[in-house]
Amino acid sequence: MSEIMLSAKGLQRRFGGLKAVSDVSLDIFQNEIHAVIGPNGAGKSTLINLLSGDIPVSGGKVLLGARDITDLAPNTRAMAGVGRSYQKTTIFMDSTVFENVRLAAQAHSGHALRMLGHVRNDTAANASTQAAISETGLTERSGTIARFMSHGEQRQLEIAMVLATNPRVILLDEPLAGMGQAEALRMIALIRALKQGRGVLLVEHDMDAVFALADRLTVMADGQVIASGSPDHVRNHPAVRTAYLGEHEVAA
Amino acid sequence: MNRSLTQPTNLALGLVLILLIALPFFAPNYYVQFASKAMLMGMLALSLNLVVGFGGLVSLCHAAFFGLAGYMLGFQSPESAGASLWLSLPVALLVVAAVAAVIGTLSLRTRGIYFIMVTLAFGEMLFYFFHDTKIGGGSDGLYIYFKPEIALFGQTLIDLDNSRSFYLLVLASLVMTAGLIRGLVNSPFGHALQAARDNERRALSLGFPVFRLRLMAFILSAMIAGLAGYFSAAQFGFVAPQMLGWHLSATVLVMVVLGGMSSILGPIVGAFALIGLEEVLKSAFEHWKLIKGLIIIALVFALPGGLQQLTRLVLPKSEGPHTGKDSDNQPVEADHAANLGSLSDPMTGLIQPPMTSANAKGLQHV
Repeated sequence: MSEIMLSAKGLQRRFGGLKAVSDVSLDIFQNEIHAVIGPNGAGKSTLINLLSGDIPVSGGKVLLGARDITDLAPNTRAMAGVGRSYQKTTIFMDSTVFENVRLAAQAHSGHALRMLGHVRNDTAANASTQAAISETGLTERSGTIARFMSHGEQRQLEIAMVLATNPRVILLDEPLAGMGQAEALRMIALIRALKQGRGVLLVEHDMDAVFALADRLTVMADGQVIASGSPDHVRNHPAVRTAYLGEHEVAA
Repeated sequence: MNRSLTQPTNLALGLVLILLIALPFFAPNYYVQFASKAMLMGMLALSLNLVVGFGGLVSLCHAAFFGLAGYMLGFQSPESAGASLWLSLPVALLVVAAVAAVIGTLSLRTRGIYFIMVTLAFGEMLFYFFHDTKIGGGSDGLYIYFKPEIALFGQTLIDLDNSRSFYLLVLASLVMTAGLIRGLVNSPFGHALQAARDNERRALSLGFPVFRLRLMAFILSAMIAGLAGYFSAAQFGFVAPQMLGWHLSATVLVMVVLGGMSSILGPIVGAFALIGLEEVLKSAFEHWKLIKGLIIIALVFALPGGLQQLTRLVLPKSEGPHTGKDSDNQPVEADHAANLGSLSDPMTGLIQPPMTSANAKGLQHV
């Protein structure tokens, strides 16, 4: 069995009286994509926010390898190797692809806040920028302002920014949302390549994509895990079929 | 960098600079002193714009840093001689930095309107500290009988009593400050600061320590405000609590917005415009403040990106994307085009990324 990159142990998050996430445990393994599915409001996005540190936990632990990162701020977790994308595209729209990715690379180049010298002259950051751009297939678009790209390309750019932070674990929050068929196929191929040497957590509504990509699957409903295991195991799990998968299976 | 002197903006900037250097050699003394005062306000506006324009943090306590440095000069000036600038200036700036570190550490935990309120409260605290205690002469203020001395081995290098020398020193400081801000804006630090302004959450998830970043910018900005305050106190030979009040903080904010907060030199233009406007109106009308208000409102409607927009109308477009006043702050876009040989989208030349180019906001408003 491969190494566990990131694990959640009994994670809880309450918003007032609402238990958005209660007692969720899961492991993300190296070279694997762990997909989390569930109906709207199941707590999937909250789970990602707890893992990335965007919101603090009400209980439980987050471990990166053996290290407890539960109390670390999101920027410190990012430096430790947790990269994430957002459900709503959060790129810097008025900057070029290169500038967007370089910003991400800069944070990890060793002198993120240097005041001397032009940002263009950071050769280490420039190199990892080029690498991340080419890994996501955006080399042709390097000089294009993000605003003028298609939605699909903007999502690719977001992935490139995550890659430039040199993550060990990547958390993807609905990377296929709003994509057309062709764009989705390109993104699926891109996500499949991401797991090489890393661990990937994928929250996604597109069931075709999930079953095409997932090595491991967790199903959530009402903030709880109702099933977890291999895609085949989950697909045939009776609770899952009734709670969630049924209609999708028919549709698919 | 392939900027050349033939670029119209650089040429215009050079001409303005030559004119400013020449001014004290032909203008009457009154105007030399007036211009010194305007440049110091420009420096204060420049400092404020580092946090407002590039950090997205609207501070209402920058006058407090300005005044505090003035008082520091006052405290260090003996009654019978001038203080040594070599000692008194660093002391003043360090005190300002320390105070800014405390204010920043507390106020930067808030956002938006709350940040404005907290900085306002801290500024007023400092105002009343000097107003209500005997430390700095209370509401009467403090006289500085002799200007600071700039000497080396007992030899006076620059005589600040000479208003021409004082003017030139202030001009040099202003040019250096503008250069410093330009360098900062283009540095990794500046890009991170602007990224945090545009999307704090994203900046955090990329790994930037946003709080520390903003605190550094806040302290630096306060020190530049302090530099302006130090020279201002030296120029007038007098410091009073009004120097620290929110009224001045708000006026400087108007200068920044009037000049264009997305550009580097805009705030200086705004300061010159506002102070010049006051001077002209004061001599011509009795109810000049009313007219000033109307003109400012008209300008905001006509030029939402600030006065720096005007430069675009005056100066012809040269090759490549053009930013109005500060040609050196050109978008990286052009360099990418050169480096990577791809500039597929014809629109990209027209829109400049705010993260690297200062004037995009102004452009978007057009």
